Amino acid sequence: MAKAGDKSGGSGKKALKRKAATEEPQEAAVAEDGATESGVQPPKAAAFPPGFSISEIKNKQRRHLMFTRWKQQQRKEKLAAKKKLKKEREALGDKAPPKPVPKTIDNQRVYDETIVDPNDEERTVRLCEQLSTVIPNSHVYYRRGLALKKIIPQCISRDFTDLIVINEDRKTPNGLILSHLPNGPTAHFKMSSVRLRKEIKRRGKDPTEHIPEIILNNFTTRLGHSIGRMFASLFPHNPQFIGRQVATFHNQRDYIFFRFHRYIFKSEKKVGIQELGPRFTLKLRSLQKGTFDSKYGEYEWVHKPREMDTSRRKFHL
Amino acid sequence: MAAAGARWNHVWIGTETGILKGVNLQRKQAANFTATGQPRREEAVSALCWGAGGETQILVGCADRTVRHFSIEEGRFQGQRHCPGGEGTFRGLAQVDGTLITCVDSGILRVWHDNDKEASSDPLLELRVGPGVCRMRQDPAHPHVVATGGKENALKVWDLQGSEEPVFRAKNVRNDWLDLRVPIWDQDIQFLPESQKLVTCTGYHQVRVYDPASPQRRPVLEATYGEYPLTAMTLTPGGNSVIVGNTHGQLAEIDLRQGRLLGCLKGLAGSVRGLQCHPSKPLLASCGLDRVLRVHRIRNPRGLEHKVYLKSQLNCLLLSGRDNWEDEPQEPQEPKKVPPEDTETDELWASLEAAAKRRLPDLEQTQGVLQTKRRKKKRPGSTSP
Repeated sequence: MAKAGDKSGGSGKKALKRKAATEEPQEAAVAEDGATESGVQPPKAAAFPPGFSISEIKNKQRRHLMFTRWKQQQRKEKLAAKKKLKKEREALGDKAPPKPVPKTIDNQRVYDETIVDPNDEERTVRLCEQLSTVIPNSHVYYRRGLALKKIIPQCISRDFTDLIVINEDRKTPNGLILSHLPNGPTAHFKMSSVRLRKEIKRRGKDPTEHIPEIILNNFTTRLGHSIGRMFASLFPHNPQFIGRQVATFHNQRDYIFFRFHRYIFKSEKKVGIQELGPRFTLKLRSLQKGTFDSKYGEYEWVHKPREMDTSRRKFHL
Repeated sequence: MAAAGARWNHVWIGTETGILKGVNLQRKQAANFTATGQPRREEAVSALCWGAGGETQILVGCADRTVRHFSIEEGRFQGQRHCPGGEGTFRGLAQVDGTLITCVDSGILRVWHDNDKEASSDPLLELRVGPGVCRMRQDPAHPHVVATGGKENALKVWDLQGSEEPVFRAKNVRNDWLDLRVPIWDQDIQFLPESQKLVTCTGYHQVRVYDPASPQRRPVLEATYGEYPLTAMTLTPGGNSVIVGNTHGQLAEIDLRQGRLLGCLKGLAGSVRGLQCHPSKPLLASCGLDRVLRVHRIRNPRGLEHKVYLKSQLNCLLLSGRDNWEDEPQEPQEPKKVPPEDTETDELWASLEAAAKRRLPDLEQTQGVLQTKRRKKKRPGSTSP
């Protein structure tokens, strides 16, 4: 094939010479061919005049020839380069730079901002698990779309005292329903600003099994007292505190902030605290008299934005 | 003083803890009255109605199936009567001709002798109205006629002097557009004055008007309001519209001639438990689970007049229907004091000289004016001799 190639190259050259008068690029090709004939090095792109490409040769056979020759040369270069790299690698041994990852279409994917961070997924589930470590004697169950009205009689029969349902919107928790079970009040909150354990900076180690203390701050009105008592009923009452963990529900301007800390008394008056556990903010939307029944339940208090939020200085909790 | 104050209370409210509260809106005071010392949840007041003889007595129906008598004049509970039979709490309380009508949740309607001395536990009359009763209401024009309705318990009108069968039994509306049976849940009933018509409000947010005089047993008019169960209803002075309240604390005035919404009243945050309009003034008293008594003005202009925070959850209320709402705290003391002074001053002046005698006619005139004033004041609504 090489002979034929040479011959054709030769004939090509001759052919080119014959046609030299007609086409300029072919003259240039002739010149290049000459260079090819003379030089041992394979022709590089820089040797061709700028703007020339093999596809501009009008003669099909000639074009095909040029193309195959060019391809062969490329293959030779590649092989030579690979051999060289391999030699270098073996020479360097362990210190060789890592093999470059071959480019694939998948690798070259354009950055899409809606890609979900895999660590962000199932935030609600994580929050439920973390909450269950904060609240003693609690169990986490998946809801799987069951109707709450049917879950509640089952809970009562199993002797649970409270039911907390965390509502999510696109994997982020945004609502909390707290129902005190033997036909007690049901509070519906809007949840915002949720920080899971790993998102909290400068946090301590995971909380232990000790029952935390509870601090309820600033629940002044009658409604505030009811809500405060509902929160307090989640935790067992034990005046002898073991463990130095404390859960705080702080009410300010109708927003309830939940924090979970571990404290240590450095001296008589100085306390050090470490924040552990999740933190979130709640805002009360409604308080129902019985257990959860959104259609026919009787409401003790409903938040009506257009009627109640008219004054900046009026707070309800 | 508590007794004197009790007369002038404008609104009487029964709470979930068994306390009867009397509120004087003029002086913005609320007074608590309990039969026993401690408030208890078992004595939750579930029904209130005026006793015999105008507005001097209140009958308080409690959750432990007792009906207590409260005297406004004396300001204390006078007696109680246990009314057994059936299950559940009182849904309606009424009195007529010295007898007491009670209706409980399970549908037992009984008429009792309202005599404390007899204390017999046998009712005069017993009717079975059907289970799940939510309200029993007495016709103010015909005290022997009562209406009952409830959850899956259609509206029935009973004549207690007549037969054991209801005078009027309402029929359910036609199946809806999916050909499903429309459920029944009558929460409150009112009799319209000057006709035989009745209005009911339902737990499925409907307001219906029935006319027993027409051959049609289905509702003559139906209007809907909101998305939440309507819990209480009252007629406005004028008789053309009703005001309804629902479990979200929304109050609305609905016109009965056309069935459309006339307007809403703002303010309540909890479920409405009791509503009553004054018979002549455009005032509406409302109470609910948010523990506040509110008095609204219904027209020109529509708005909140009084708001009183009462610390317990309010179940039912009674609004005094008397016309004069101004306080006269001095009135009961005047008749006692003036007569002795009269004779003493007369003698004093008689013994003095002519210069002092000139004052006599003035004094007599003023005394005469006072007496006529007293007479004028005593006439409207007062029953004391």
